[in-house]
Amino acid sequence: MSSVKAPVEKFRLGMLLGDTRYRSTTVQVIAFIIFVAVVFWLVDNTVKNLALLGKDVDFSYLWMRAGYDINQRLIPYTNDSTHGRAALVGILNTLLVAFIGCIVATILGVFVGILRLSKNWIVAKLMSVYIEGFRNIPILLWIVMIFALLTEFTPAPKAFKGADPEASMIFFQSTAITNRGAYFPSPIWGEGSMYLLIIFAVSLAAIFFFRRYAKKLQEETGKNLPKFWISLAIFFVPTTLFYFLLGSPITLEYPYLKGFNFKDGLYVRNSFIALTLALSLYTSAFIGEIVRSGILAISKGQTEAASSLGLRPGRIMNLIILPQALRVIVPPMISNYLNLTKNSSLAIAVGYMDVRGTLGGITLNQTGRELESMLLLMGFYLCVSLIVSAIINYFNRSFQIKGM
Amino acid sequence: MSNISFVREKAIPQSPPPITESNSIRWIRQNLFSGWLNSLLTILSVYFIYICLRDFIPWAYGGIWTAGSIRECLDINPDVACFSVIGARWRQLLFGFYPSEEYWRPILTFILLFVSIAPILIPRFIKYFWFSLIYPGLAVWLLWGGSIWPVFSIYLALVFGALGFFIAKNQLRFSSGFSLLIGFVSVVVYFFFIAGPFITLFKYILPINLMFIESLQFGGFLLSMIVGFSGIAASFPIGILLALGRQSDLPLVKMICVGFIEFIRGVPLITLLFVASVLLNYFLPPGTSFDIIIRVIIMVTIFSAAYMAEVIRGGLAALPVGQHEASAALGLSYWQAQRLIIMPQALKISIPGIVNTFIGLFKDTTLVSIISLLDPVGLASLIRADQKWNGIYWELYVAIGLLFFVCCFGMSQYSQYLERKLKTDNS
Repeated sequence: MSSVKAPVEKFRLGMLLGDTRYRSTTVQVIAFIIFVAVVFWLVDNTVKNLALLGKDVDFSYLWMRAGYDINQRLIPYTNDSTHGRAALVGILNTLLVAFIGCIVATILGVFVGILRLSKNWIVAKLMSVYIEGFRNIPILLWIVMIFALLTEFTPAPKAFKGADPEASMIFFQSTAITNRGAYFPSPIWGEGSMYLLIIFAVSLAAIFFFRRYAKKLQEETGKNLPKFWISLAIFFVPTTLFYFLLGSPITLEYPYLKGFNFKDGLYVRNSFIALTLALSLYTSAFIGEIVRSGILAISKGQTEAASSLGLRPGRIMNLIILPQALRVIVPPMISNYLNLTKNSSLAIAVGYMDVRGTLGGITLNQTGRELESMLLLMGFYLCVSLIVSAIINYFNRSFQIKGM
Repeated sequence: MSNISFVREKAIPQSPPPITESNSIRWIRQNLFSGWLNSLLTILSVYFIYICLRDFIPWAYGGIWTAGSIRECLDINPDVACFSVIGARWRQLLFGFYPSEEYWRPILTFILLFVSIAPILIPRFIKYFWFSLIYPGLAVWLLWGGSIWPVFSIYLALVFGALGFFIAKNQLRFSSGFSLLIGFVSVVVYFFFIAGPFITLFKYILPINLMFIESLQFGGFLLSMIVGFSGIAASFPIGILLALGRQSDLPLVKMICVGFIEFIRGVPLITLLFVASVLLNYFLPPGTSFDIIIRVIIMVTIFSAAYMAEVIRGGLAALPVGQHEASAALGLSYWQAQRLIIMPQALKISIPGIVNTFIGLFKDTTLVSIISLLDPVGLASLIRADQKWNGIYWELYVAIGLLFFVCCFGMSQYSQYLERKLKTDNS
């Protein structure tokens, strides 16, 4: 018997493309070469252009005197502070708008989403109009519209003057809405207010531990404590008690008219109100749709099965529907928070000094460091979004249905 | 004893339902007043609607259309809308500073837009797809003007490339990769040696010219349309490629795609637009500078392509893995499988997301006003800067908002129609 030798395959150049064993490597090598070439080309151009303009890449301007004022700041800042500090003020302003905007948008959005599912025809239609209206008109238009509403159609502070004023303060004479901004009462932290805060924090912790204990008790013995009422009592009673025992350490300071403007109280600029309100209204329309689709995504069989087990409607919502709907709702909701944060860069339209207004605006124009400022600005937004995506991924992993 | 048994021999004529169960009243009871909470909500909503309309309807209905300035409006009746500003400035809101004797060009382009998308939207017209391919060049020529031949020569380059490819593949029997290279080389050869003389020659023989119009004269809704529709058209294929790259088995390609998508999605569009207006000159060879509208279109395109990629990736992920395996078992190559099996299904799943991205892109075109291009929102502040119309807010905003609403709402309704039409399962 003659043995048959396996034919020896010779490597040919054409196999780099034609043979699936080599093709993926070839494609990747080509892609890598193109990628490196493009990056090299861009960097080379940048270096040449910078050399032509006589510039260099230098971040030391961040430690130089900024020389401009910022009208809203959460940390101390004067025009003698550095550009770096101005950028920090801007970052905090951006985060402030984003934080408050997200909270308001969530509350509004959940309301709108649930009401759109209402059996009440007129309410459902009204919510549809709300959602379609806010979703289909650009956010920039909403921002400038609400800003115009606040600056052009609210009374000037001097309208509050006199015995028979044209305008009056609302909420028991505590809040004034003017064309310069809104004035709210502000709390004054008197002596002993620190203890009050500690007591409040302790009672919050007590509620948490009480609920855990109640759950354990129910799982072990089946005894059901009135959780809601006891939590409510822990929330209010100790703090209120100590508030009077310590002699009312926290008082409110009301804004009052002096000259042609209001004094004292908490002053919130119109630019801030307009931006936050527009962003949260716009985002709430999207969140409403997410909430609605999340609830609709839970099949009707779940509700029916739960009620055939004898659960009451409230418990069906709490124990069966919401935990499942949340899994659908939370990831897109967080990406909407991210959109809100990114959209807050439109602050420039109303002159609110966010990070784009300070670092990417006045600092950029004054120092002429476009490349560095834009890099830092993009880096900031990128950091925020990467951190948030990491949170989403963590959430997705921990809430996935096990075994899928 | 009398017989008390009774047999009815005739049917009783049907009596009308009780008044509370008649159609309209029952509907009102069930939908509006089914409980005390529902009744309260209904009353509150009706009151809310009444409050809104009480002020709005007289304001809008009694609006003044004929005054020459806001002063005249206020003299006639300060409590109603002054729509005269729209009468006086609608040309600017729609066309920006485009020369008025050339308005027929954008209008014709706009009409042809519908002709060109008809083959894509309506399956019956698919045989006219060639017009959709011609349209972009035609639109550029119509809008910007100048000679037709530079635009024509770009199309000719594509023809050259295709010719090179097919000759190499079908006549000389090269492999497809090598034929692609030959096609590419023939395009380069065309641009270096043939395009220049060709354009000069035909400009001399057959001068077809339109008045050249500078990019800075574009504005208003025309600008939004140009940026929006070119962004939509360009971001769709790029988004598909990015999504495929992100799902790819090749780690390097995947890494590049993921990096690109995450970077673009991580920064606000407005910073990208600033890069386009301030920084792009740094990244290009010294001395080059190109049109601001094209720069904006490029940025808007890559921005929405990244979002589109994520939407399509969702569709790809939702597809059962059996589809990939079945197409591989049939012996289809990667691109064949994508074209015939995977993409048609994945795209169908992601229609709502795709259209949402389109709508988002179209709304985002308003951001160009921040880099001082004159889109409708930018024009609104420009018109207000005029002494005659200083103080006009709502009339302009209502008009602009309405225009955007009609476009975006129309797109979303169409997507819902498309979803219903393409639905093949019974669920």
